[in-house]
Amino acid sequence: MSGENKKTPLYERHKELGGKMVDYFGWALPVQYTGIIEEHRAVRERAGIFDVSHMGEIEIIGPDAFPAVQMLIANNAKKLEDGKVLYTPICYHDGGVVDDLLVYRYGEDNYLLVVNAANKDKDYQWIKENLSKYEVDIVDKSYEIGQLAIQGPEAENILQKVYNEDLSQIKFFRFSNTGSVGEYLCTVSRTGYTGEDGFEIYCKSQDTPGIFDLIMEAGKDFGLAPCGLGCRDTLRFEAGMPLYGHELSPEINPLEAGMKIFVDLEKDNFIGCESLQEVVEEGVKRKIIGIEMLDRGIPRQGYPIEVSGEEIGTITSGTFSPTLEKNLGIGLVNREYSEPDKTVDVRIRKRLLRGKTVKLPFYKRKRR
Amino acid sequence: MYPENLKYTEDHEWVRVENGKAYIGVTNYAQDQLGDVVFLELPEEGEEYEMGESFGVIESVKTVSDLFMPVDGKIAGVNEKLNDNPELINEDPYGDGWVVVIEIRDESQLDQLMDNQTYEKTIE
Repeated sequence: MSGENKKTPLYERHKELGGKMVDYFGWALPVQYTGIIEEHRAVRERAGIFDVSHMGEIEIIGPDAFPAVQMLIANNAKKLEDGKVLYTPICYHDGGVVDDLLVYRYGEDNYLLVVNAANKDKDYQWIKENLSKYEVDIVDKSYEIGQLAIQGPEAENILQKVYNEDLSQIKFFRFSNTGSVGEYLCTVSRTGYTGEDGFEIYCKSQDTPGIFDLIMEAGKDFGLAPCGLGCRDTLRFEAGMPLYGHELSPEINPLEAGMKIFVDLEKDNFIGCESLQEVVEEGVKRKIIGIEMLDRGIPRQGYPIEVSGEEIGTITSGTFSPTLEKNLGIGLVNREYSEPDKTVDVRIRKRLLRGKTVKLPFYKRKRR
Repeated sequence: MYPENLKYTEDHEWVRVENGKAYIGVTNYAQDQLGDVVFLELPEEGEEYEMGESFGVIESVKTVSDLFMPVDGKIAGVNEKLNDNPELINEDPYGDGWVVVIEIRDESQLDQLMDNQTYEKTIE
């Protein structure tokens, strides 16, 4: 692997733990430590810890921060209050997706956007260009902030051992920025990208190894596993969560991607609003659906989906599902084929293999 | 890791000659690089392939790779166990994880394959 990739603050930990390092959009990160399936199951059954320090963080601060964020995002920032997190797409004027991200409200005039690593520079430029008339500072904090995710049914029990506030008070999509892990002050939110309960932790970059070590130690009795990017993808896939570059892109609008509940067409205005209103008026033409293979074969991104020899869509993500032990795909198909339980063919190399449409998500955790 | 009695290819496959037939599988290095193997697309018995031709596909959780024929040959059998237990490739790449067995057409082609020491140098 090239030595030019950016290193997260946990690079040395990954090496020590035997992580298989890969280039992920310019970052050196582990795709796995012991095995994707083993790590995947650890998160579903116990808990896993992920280095997600490559994620981008962009701060929007100043007297116009609220109207600026409101213009940028497709969801409604009015749903936010201090200590709350909002998931939202941000769109181009034509309705295509720039990125999907989390907005943390630290104060009425202070927001932190957590964006995909692969899109961070593009997002920053887009935000700068489009919010220039607002009285706000837009600051790329990505290299100052480290990020960890601890996910799984035991995540709360593990983190509570080293976190000095009551985690049960941090509800789903809320955060606290007053607590510490050991001596390290951090922001902790009940959020994640796995379909399990869990937390994401933001800290000073240089504190990341210290926090990682404390959580690893606390997790020993709970079977906490360090987890790589491989199972992060299979976990989010089973949970039906979109991944930018797969289910979301400049060519796919959020309504097609099944993100209607994260788009508020009733609010005053936002970038892409008019185009998305037109989409609604004309009717959404394509939809994201699940496909379960009936014949033997794994659907992969880019494979055509056909019905009676006619191409009706494309696979956006696909893999063997470690939890369901089935070969599954997510596909973008013409709307008339988006009902569940329809037979479709997936062109896998030279062969046409049978599958059926199913509802997303493939996996939903049981509430405890 | 790389038994002496096998021949190796640049595509990280091994060949074991037994009574004029050749067993073919993937090396320990290949299974380690692939990670958890979850699916194989295998040829039919009787199909003929030339050296270097793709005869099947091996898929891990994240990757799809072709399997290449190390020498000219006709498929004499496939490892049916891999249909239900593809993880045998990871667990026992030189034993229960063999992939196909072929009738060799031209034994002299075996000389073009690597011995274990040469192969090990290519993966260092």
